[in-house]
Amino acid sequence: MFVTQYIKDVFGAIKSLGIGMRRTLWYFVRPKEIITQQYPDNKDTLVLAERFRGEVVMPHDENNEHACTGCTACELACPNGSIKIVTKFDITPEGKRKKAIDQFVYRLDMCTMCNMCVVACPSDAIIMANDFEHSVYDRTKLTKILNKPGSKVRDGIE
Amino acid sequence: MWSLENITKSVDSWLNLQFSPTIAFLIEAVIIMVLVIGLFAFLGLVLVFMERKVSSFMQIRLGPNRVGPMGIFQTAADTLKLIVKEGFTPNNVDKFLFNLAPFIVMVVAMVVLAPFAFSKGFQIWDVNVGIFFITAVSSLGVIGILTAGWSSNNKYSLLGAMRSGAQIVSYELSAGLTILVIVMLTGSLRISDIINAQADGWWIFKGHIPAIIAFVIYIIAATAETNRAPFDMAEAESELTAGFHTEYSGMKFALFFLAEYANVFIVCAIGATLFLGGWMPLHFGENNWFNSIMDYIPGIVWFFGKTFFLIFVIMWFRWTFPRLRIDQLLNLEWKYLLPISLFNLLLATVIAIAGWHF
Repeated sequence: MFVTQYIKDVFGAIKSLGIGMRRTLWYFVRPKEIITQQYPDNKDTLVLAERFRGEVVMPHDENNEHACTGCTACELACPNGSIKIVTKFDITPEGKRKKAIDQFVYRLDMCTMCNMCVVACPSDAIIMANDFEHSVYDRTKLTKILNKPGSKVRDGIE
Repeated sequence: MWSLENITKSVDSWLNLQFSPTIAFLIEAVIIMVLVIGLFAFLGLVLVFMERKVSSFMQIRLGPNRVGPMGIFQTAADTLKLIVKEGFTPNNVDKFLFNLAPFIVMVVAMVVLAPFAFSKGFQIWDVNVGIFFITAVSSLGVIGILTAGWSSNNKYSLLGAMRSGAQIVSYELSAGLTILVIVMLTGSLRISDIINAQADGWWIFKGHIPAIIAFVIYIIAATAETNRAPFDMAEAESELTAGFHTEYSGMKFALFFLAEYANVFIVCAIGATLFLGGWMPLHFGENNWFNSIMDYIPGIVWFFGKTFFLIFVIMWFRWTFPRLRIDQLLNLEWKYLLPISLFNLLLATVIAIAGWHF
């Protein structure tokens, strides 16, 4: 019936508004729930989530060795061409020519942090780091070479 | 006991001793002007800060916290910025109306303050049609908004102003009808009579069902009349950039901003006066120990406490509810609030005639 529906509407509306107001009041009286990070002040204690994707890095171990074989899977996976791998040929002790990376060029200014290169990598040579303070005064500084000078691929990784 | 009534009386008698009545009257007028402007400046600073803090806590944020402890000087810094900003008048606007509009809005907000009783005997003008004067003058504020929208030569401004006009004309109805409920129960339009009638209990307790319904509808209508979310169709940032004050900058914008908060204070002060007893302390019955304890708190504290409580409620609305569409807004008024408040008025009439209130 129309009138009962009308009254039901009014009370239903009041009830649903009350639920919303209870929720905001709940947060209003609990300042501990505040999730704001006062960033430059808490720089030392800042905790970022593991899943946060800041930039692509290539971890090196203590012998200055990385796991990148230069297979260019990441370069192919990259949707916007942020990765360019320059390969060279090393001469192994047996006298064979072996493909290795010369430069892993990574353009942070083009990267969208989509994580596809990390997924594509067969030897887990690159990972996503948490660092997010990327501001520089010169754009060319955003083109990075990820493999350290003099580094070579770890033994046993093909 | 210390009271504002004694202070005003002694100032008045001292001035009348020293000067002729005309000069004394003029000096009193100047004192009142300074007090009103001071109150508005105070309100502008405090309410903006309160709104920012309330909104931030409700949205799990910190809010302003850099300028001074807890950010209390943030609004003072903002005001300073607005004062030194250029008051820019765009080309092709109606220059006279464009510059007049903020002052209309502001003057209306100031004139409305005249019949308010801030404390016992602390009232500018105890006119016998006090509450009628308030409702009549406060609805003039929409003229300032329409002037601003019309003269800005901007589609968004005009749309915002037109929406504001439709909205205020609609919601004045239910606000007026809910005010009538209390006028009916009191039997007087004079503010001091309305407050004195609440000496043995506030109307929201004494008037039980019709007073509570009227209070809820009044708060909704007051939110709409001050053009605040969820009824901020006149500004509607996402649709109209800033509505009627899109083209304003600097101090002229600040006047609109200040007038908005002054209007919030005014509608909440009306609500506090009518339903929560104005400066009247919390009394139940007559001459008992509870009343005499409550009398130790001065009236001005009661008045501002109640008003700020209602302001908090209105801010609570603003930061909880999403904005209504214009058709939903008018539906709410004409299909729900107006019929309910008409029935409520009938109920209140029956109760007032039969004397069924406490």
